Amino acid sequence: MSHGNMNLTLKVWKQKNKNEKGRFETYMAKGISPDMSFLEMFDVVNEQLINEGKEPIAFDHDCREGICGMCSMYINGRPHGPKEGITTCQLHMRSFKDGDTIVVEPWRSAAFPVIKDLAVDRSSFDRIMASGGFVSVNTGNAKDANNILIPKDDADDAFNAAACIGCGACVAACKNSSAMLFVSAKVSQLALLPQGKIEAKARVLNMVKQMDEEGFGNCTNTGACEAECPKGISLENIARMNREYLSASLT
Amino acid sequence: MASSPKLNAKIPEGTIENKWTKYRSTVHLVNPSNKRSLEVIVVGSGLAGASAAASLAEMGYKVKVLYFQDSPRRAHSIAAQGGVNAAKNYQNDGDSVYRLFYDTIKGGDYRAREANVHRLAEVSGAIIDQCVAQGVPFAREYGGTLSNRSFGGTQVQRTFYAAGQTGQQLLLGAYSALQRQVGMGAVQLLARHEMMDVVNIDGKCRGIIARDLVTGKLERHFGHAVLLCTGGYGNVFYLSTNAMGSNVTAIWKAHKKGAFFGNPCYTQIHPTCIPVSGDHQSKLTLMSESLRNDGRIWVPKKQNDTRKGTDIPEEERDYYLERRYPAFGNLVPRDVASRAAKERCDAGYGVGSSKMAVFLDFAANTERYGKIEASKQNIHNPSKEQIIKLGKDVIKEKYGNLFDMYKQITGEDPYEVPMRIYPAVHYTMGGLWVDYNLMTTIPGLYALGEANFSDHGANRLGASALMQGLADGYFVIPYTIGDYLAEEIRTKSIPTDNDAFAKAEAEVQDRITKLMGIRGTKSVDHFHKRLGKIMWDKCGMGRNKEGLTSAISEIQKIREEFWKDVRVPGDANEFNPELEKAHRVADFIELGELMCKDALHRDESCGGHFRDEYQTLEGEAMRDDENFAYVAAWEFKGEGNFELHKEELKYENIKIAARSYK
Ligand SMILES: Cc1cc2nc3c(=O)[nH]c(=O)nc-3n(C[C@H](O)[C@H](O)[C@H](O)COP(=O)(O)OP(=O)(O)OC[C@H]3O[C@@H](n4cnc5c(N)ncnc54)[C@H](O)[C@@H]3O)c2cc1C
Ligand code: SF4
Ligand code: FES
Repeated sequence: MSHGNMNLTLKVWKQKNKNEKGRFETYMAKGISPDMSFLEMFDVVNEQLINEGKEPIAFDHDCREGICGMCSMYINGRPHGPKEGITTCQLHMRSFKDGDTIVVEPWRSAAFPVIKDLAVDRSSFDRIMASGGFVSVNTGNAKDANNILIPKDDADDAFNAAACIGCGACVAACKNSSAMLFVSAKVSQLALLPQGKIEAKARVLNMVKQMDEEGFGNCTNTGACEAECPKGISLENIARMNREYLSASLT
Repeated sequence: MASSPKLNAKIPEGTIENKWTKYRSTVHLVNPSNKRSLEVIVVGSGLAGASAAASLAEMGYKVKVLYFQDSPRRAHSIAAQGGVNAAKNYQNDGDSVYRLFYDTIKGGDYRAREANVHRLAEVSGAIIDQCVAQGVPFAREYGGTLSNRSFGGTQVQRTFYAAGQTGQQLLLGAYSALQRQVGMGAVQLLARHEMMDVVNIDGKCRGIIARDLVTGKLERHFGHAVLLCTGGYGNVFYLSTNAMGSNVTAIWKAHKKGAFFGNPCYTQIHPTCIPVSGDHQSKLTLMSESLRNDGRIWVPKKQNDTRKGTDIPEEERDYYLERRYPAFGNLVPRDVASRAAKERCDAGYGVGSSKMAVFLDFAANTERYGKIEASKQNIHNPSKEQIIKLGKDVIKEKYGNLFDMYKQITGEDPYEVPMRIYPAVHYTMGGLWVDYNLMTTIPGLYALGEANFSDHGANRLGASALMQGLADGYFVIPYTIGDYLAEEIRTKSIPTDNDAFAKAEAEVQDRITKLMGIRGTKSVDHFHKRLGKIMWDKCGMGRNKEGLTSAISEIQKIREEFWKDVRVPGDANEFNPELEKAHRVADFIELGELMCKDALHRDESCGGHFRDEYQTLEGEAMRDDENFAYVAAWEFKGEGNFELHKEELKYENIKIAARSYK
């Protein structure tokens, strides 16, 4: 079935599982419409592969609207592709030209082993969260919500940090595979709010410790993470986390 | 009324205001040392699952959570945009528990159970308190208090929100509570696991069979109780606003093992979604209902008008919702707004290249906000450009991410031109039938969140799903589960080499072998798309006897073909997304048939269920309370064979009346 008239060459990373070696394979994507999303283009290619009795390309995705953080393709050397401020699923084929060759790889980091083809294991992020990414409050403990007044600017800053979708593009973008942007976003959100201040010290120490144990690299302030983050999580969060960490380690 | 002894709703005695309070103080309790040896399986990590799992673990139960995504934070709840309701009355505009209760019953077109809905309204305030305590960054006013907005079907401002990302922030709150319990060793997470079946022993649910989606291995898990928090089944229509993986499998398997299915045909078609752009389309994107606070919906007064929206003068526009429903205007409930859009498009007034769209226009309110801002900032005699610029900033702060999303998908800038929108499948009010305790007709098996049928009747009000998911998980199940588990303290953990587990696993294995062995000629998506089209055309916004009857036989044919001709590539013992889809689509096909049967039997129009044969002269839904004021609870009796049971709905606190938003 033809949808449009763009024809593209895809060079896609294929890898059976985390133990086997991977390699690039070449596929033709034919009859692509500029209105398709990047993942819909993959759907078309996969449907064709299935019809030809071949194995489709495995990739992660779910919401397809830029919020779940599941999609994760490294496209032409950039996490989530050439456009800024969007996820892979929000990238549309109108950002490419007929005849283009597109190279697609998984996130690459020791802390994100490949599961198959373009899908990786990001459970290291969950473990970092389990080490301290919360406020210790049991269900039923809370007082009336408007008893905690929070200046609008603080609430807005906390919200902006909380907008992180846990996709891991920051790690994929970083030559050291550092997870600082991700971790600092959660540390900042909670440090900015009165509810989170009480445990702020233990939180930052524990989360950083877990981050190191997961095998993420050090931050050398190249800023590649901020540039590739689809949610505009700012480097200021890393600066804030460094301050939090310093003050927590000193006491 | 024909019924089944299994359909005992177990509604507590007492006045509506006292039922829940009294229940809570008299329900059986499990002492802390016994809780440690009671195991609970939670399937799903969305708002319902994460909040339930965290709360139960805090109480001391041993909890396992499984979900098909790679992290609990990615459950579909993450995508909810507009907000969450609570009867806080922070705006001093006359809100109360009773009013939220009333609005929800009326919004559901008098097809929900009073006692459940009242409880929901009662606990709604505590949800906001809990989320704020967790650090959920809700929108705030300059004074530091929480901000509110309006949603459809209400005349008060009771919706709490975090820009257009409320679901994300609420889920991250519940997820962090869950991760805290994981860190303490109280919860075990099973990522990338799909529930394949429930295991019943001596009439009680005792566990599940799951498939590890990475290795393909089947696993047996024992639980003293199992909670299905697996979300809605809107993807039976192929195109919907749901995430790609949303499915019916867990509750469908439970249904086939004895859980009755409540009101399967009640589907919510959301009025404001980005229209379909071509046959490559894989999913549809919602534009939150909150936009109707500031966006006005209109079509040209002239048929087949091809002018651009901005070129059509004011007097040639038909603001049809404001015209037909002056009391609620653009904020009528979803079912009403969707049908009205369809009516205009079918009559030839639609816009855009497909003509299957209406305008959602922010120009008037951009200007209004601009003027307010100008005077706030002491700008005297502002120019028109200045006003528009200031107004756009306000609109941006409220809906920025939605406007960006719209632009990304359509290539058009909604700050400059009106959005084009059309209704799309969004939510399923139907689901597993549950009693007041949220227990299904299988003892020990519960359903929470969108997966159950309760609370929303035939139409859900905006911002009430998040409320219900969190109410179920944080504040209802922690009490109601005790009622059952208190009787189970002597039940030792059942070893999973038990025959019932072995048999259930063998059945799942057989089905996998069968699916892999067909080696047919058509992809899973091929069948899913065909099913979706039948469902949308014949069991969608308008339904009638003839269409539904033919849909049933067409779906039966698809089922036959599927099992003969589907092609599932790859291997069953590895990560295989096509095999996952095949299982889900096979279940959707069976569900589709039941939905059509339910829609066919309900000879009335109510909420999201609109039968063309039952409408007033003005095209409004015509309910039949005499014959249909009941929950249709279907029992599975073998392939394609379902028996109807009825739970009568009694209205003792609200006078059942025609539903009018005029
Ligand atoms: C785009 C969009 C916007 C919305 N906006 C709003 C809003 O503003 N306000 C509002 O109140 N409501 C909104 N809703 C509705 C609301 O988001 C959902 O009804 C609600 O989040 C459902 O929560 P849940 O916990 O029941 O299920 P979900 O969040 O859907 O979670 C389901 C969970 O079950 C798991 N699961 C499913 N099947 C299986 C299986 N077979 N095996 C293992 N695990 C399984 C999944 O992995 C997932 O973890 C919106 C819905 C959509 C689609
Ligand atoms: S900080 Fe940005 S890039 Fe990193 S996980 Fe969060 S959203 Fe993704
Ligand atoms: S699929 Fe959810 S963010 Fe891309």
